[in-house]
Amino acid sequence: MIIGLSHYLTLAAILFTIGVAGIILNRKNIIIILMSVELILLSVNINLVAFSTSFGDLTGQVFALFILTVAAAEAAIGLAILVAYYRNRGSIAVEDINALKG
Amino acid sequence: MYGDAIFFWVFSATLIVSALAVILARNPVHSVLFLILSFVAASGLFLLMGAEFLGMILIVVYVGAVAVLFLFVVMMLDVDFAELKQGFLQYLPIGALIALFVAFELGYVAVGWTRSTAAAAAASPAGAIANTTALGRVLYTQYFYFFQAAGMILLTAMIGAIVLTLRHRVGVKRQDISIQVARNPATAVEVRKVPSRVGI
Repeated sequence: MIIGLSHYLTLAAILFTIGVAGIILNRKNIIIILMSVELILLSVNINLVAFSTSFGDLTGQVFALFILTVAAAEAAIGLAILVAYYRNRGSIAVEDINALKG
Repeated sequence: MYGDAIFFWVFSATLIVSALAVILARNPVHSVLFLILSFVAASGLFLLMGAEFLGMILIVVYVGAVAVLFLFVVMMLDVDFAELKQGFLQYLPIGALIALFVAFELGYVAVGWTRSTAAAAAASPAGAIANTTALGRVLYTQYFYFFQAAGMILLTAMIGAIVLTLRHRVGVKRQDISIQVARNPATAVEVRKVPSRVGI
């Protein structure tokens, strides 16, 4: 059986779905939500690399590299905000984060 | 050819199972460890697709930096995770519904999708140069400004993370090098005229 583009696209679609479900299922735990976002970005990367190698065009891999960069920056900033928030409030439950509510 | 198929099924099964374990695990530390496993499996898939550089970068950046960062934060924060897990069953129906909907949408697009012949014709044949070399040739010429912008994004993220988490506690003795270097006799020594038979 030859593994083609559609196999990788199906895999990425399943991974994306798992990530979206993870955000909804763990609505109280922001750390798991951040991890689900990482899973979604990983599925997008799989899509880009699959198209890139399938079409023989390196642009997809370059874009996957940039997505990797932005994801790393996002994780660093998000976790730093989390640590700062925990230091101030002593809790990271999502439903307690409502200081901006009028 | 069969080896490729076997490795694809092994890596993709590992990826899906560990991704499910990430969102379903009771303990967040287990979630992070399964996240590392899923990154490793995805890196194997990248290698299978011929994107060696991205596969290695995935190991170095994601497993080595991002996942370890998650692990540090999960272990550093003293949070009652059992309490955060409450409401999981309450959200299960709506979560499953939305997941099914997203899966249906993606499948619907995938079924009705055909590759244009123009794109296949434009695809250049796989050359003899390695993936990393080819990527570098494109990245440092055509995408040079984007590459610099990515560096600026990382710098901004680094400065932001430091600014957000650095704190100066009061009451902690710190060494201030510039004050130490700037000391001279005028600031370090106090000369007093002590009258006799009277203390200071």
